[in-house]
Amino acid sequence: MTAQEVRQVVVDIIADIAIDDDVTTIDDATPLREQLDLDSMDFLDIVMELKKRHKVEVPQEDYPELATMSGCVQYLTPKFQ
Amino acid sequence: MDNKYDVIVIGAGMSGLAAGIRLAMFGKKVCIVEKHIITGGLNSYYTRSKRDFDVGLHAMTNFVEKGTRKRPLTKLLKQLRIPYDSLELEQQKNSLIHFPDFKLKFNNDFELLLSQISEYFPHEVDGFNKFVEYINEYNEVALDNKTFMAKDVARKFLKDEYLIEMIFCPLLIYGSAWEDDMDFSQFVIMFKSIYLEGFCRPKGGVRTIINLLLNKLEESGCELKFRSEVKNIIKKDGKVKGVVLKKGDILYADKVISSMGHPETIKVLCEEDDLDKETQNNDQRMPKVGPLSFCESIVCLDMKPSQFGIDDTIVFYNNSSQYHYQKPKDLYDNRSAVVCFPNNFTNDDLEEGIARVTFMANYNKWHELEKPLYKEHKSKVLCDSLEIIQSIYEDFSPQVTFSDVFTPTTIKKYTGHFDGTVYGSTDKLRDGKTKTEGLFLCGTDQGFLGIVGSMLSGISMANLHGLME
Repeated sequence: MTAQEVRQVVVDIIADIAIDDDVTTIDDATPLREQLDLDSMDFLDIVMELKKRHKVEVPQEDYPELATMSGCVQYLTPKFQ
Repeated sequence: MDNKYDVIVIGAGMSGLAAGIRLAMFGKKVCIVEKHIITGGLNSYYTRSKRDFDVGLHAMTNFVEKGTRKRPLTKLLKQLRIPYDSLELEQQKNSLIHFPDFKLKFNNDFELLLSQISEYFPHEVDGFNKFVEYINEYNEVALDNKTFMAKDVARKFLKDEYLIEMIFCPLLIYGSAWEDDMDFSQFVIMFKSIYLEGFCRPKGGVRTIINLLLNKLEESGCELKFRSEVKNIIKKDGKVKGVVLKKGDILYADKVISSMGHPETIKVLCEEDDLDKETQNNDQRMPKVGPLSFCESIVCLDMKPSQFGIDDTIVFYNNSSQYHYQKPKDLYDNRSAVVCFPNNFTNDDLEEGIARVTFMANYNKWHELEKPLYKEHKSKVLCDSLEIIQSIYEDFSPQVTFSDVFTPTTIKKYTGHFDGTVYGSTDKLRDGKTKTEGLFLCGTDQGFLGIVGSMLSGISMANLHGLME
């Protein structure tokens, strides 16, 4: 999967979690929590959706890697290979 | 095995349904067992003479506008993936704390309450603002909060006992398991959900919420068994093993989340080896049964409240400067009441005028009554209800087209809560953990309150004990 495809995977998941938020305007460098209505409970959802949909596991100590969209793409792309 | 689950949830009320959805959403094999034939628990619904009624719902608390971040209502909708708009919320017009010397109005704009306080209690404005600031900064949902009483905290900011009684009145009757006071965390939950956020009503009432939950439940693949009352929760070597149903089936799981209530849960806990014995030893101290229960009249009217100039949504009535939030010595206490006019939300979708009047009531006294007397006292409740409305609004004189009264024994019958308690035990378990490994509580006795609180309770217990491993 390319970096762009991985980004889309994450956007799709966020769109399902933050149902009342606009996900088309996400800025990749700004922390997701600042742009969207996401708290720690919702990050748990992102991680669980990754596991459920793509069998990709993120250990708890790596959660900070998912803080921004670019962080997500950088961290997750190798896991999708 | 068909009877082996990852998690068993006891009770298909708001908290149990929310817990079931969350767990099944992420692939857990979950079964909710419900003793009744319908869902909703304390917040259910029923039909009488072709009319639909909600059981517990005067109003839903925690109103915030769509898109408001990090508030209980939007948090829970997001966790359950329910779009905000699907609730079609109508806001309250305004509510009233009605004491003999002062009447404080409030609505979903906190400024109204502030202006009322500065008008009637100008000497307390400063203290009240500081109290609100303190409340705003307090993390009421931290699972490790200690229990201490709210009036002690309020008295650090406010000197006028009359104002304290008035501010506490709606919060006590809408959620306190304690008499005359409440745990401070619960006070903050209630203060924020009623005064800082506010009252609303989903179009169609409680059915709308329940139907949304049931659709999600079906989507998630969670199993739901009706007519499945739990006879025992089985444990062995300090760990939970599953549940035995009254009809004989045994379901196994290493995790059980119970919304039955704290004492109700501990009471049915049983060692696996003792299951067939007549008397079962339960070494655990029984949690306290909450003292508070209620009776309520639901009255249908030939005219809408607005035709008598009534635009209040909920009135918290009290006939003296002191509010007695206590288990009454007699059947019920008519010195105070909550009067709710479900027509008085922004958009009235009800066909007829309706008034609901709630009194504090004593379970034991109602329970002792023989049938004819029970009926007689129910009609007295109804008379008192109408009298109270008339004492608040002189011109109120509609024809009653239908009426129904429920009492603490009705609540006991349908919810199984000991003594018909509504806000549960005073022994809350905020982190949900019981002394038995794998057995958790959710719902009122975990400590969150109201419809929104109970759903959040189910969600957070499912997240904490079922998903984060």
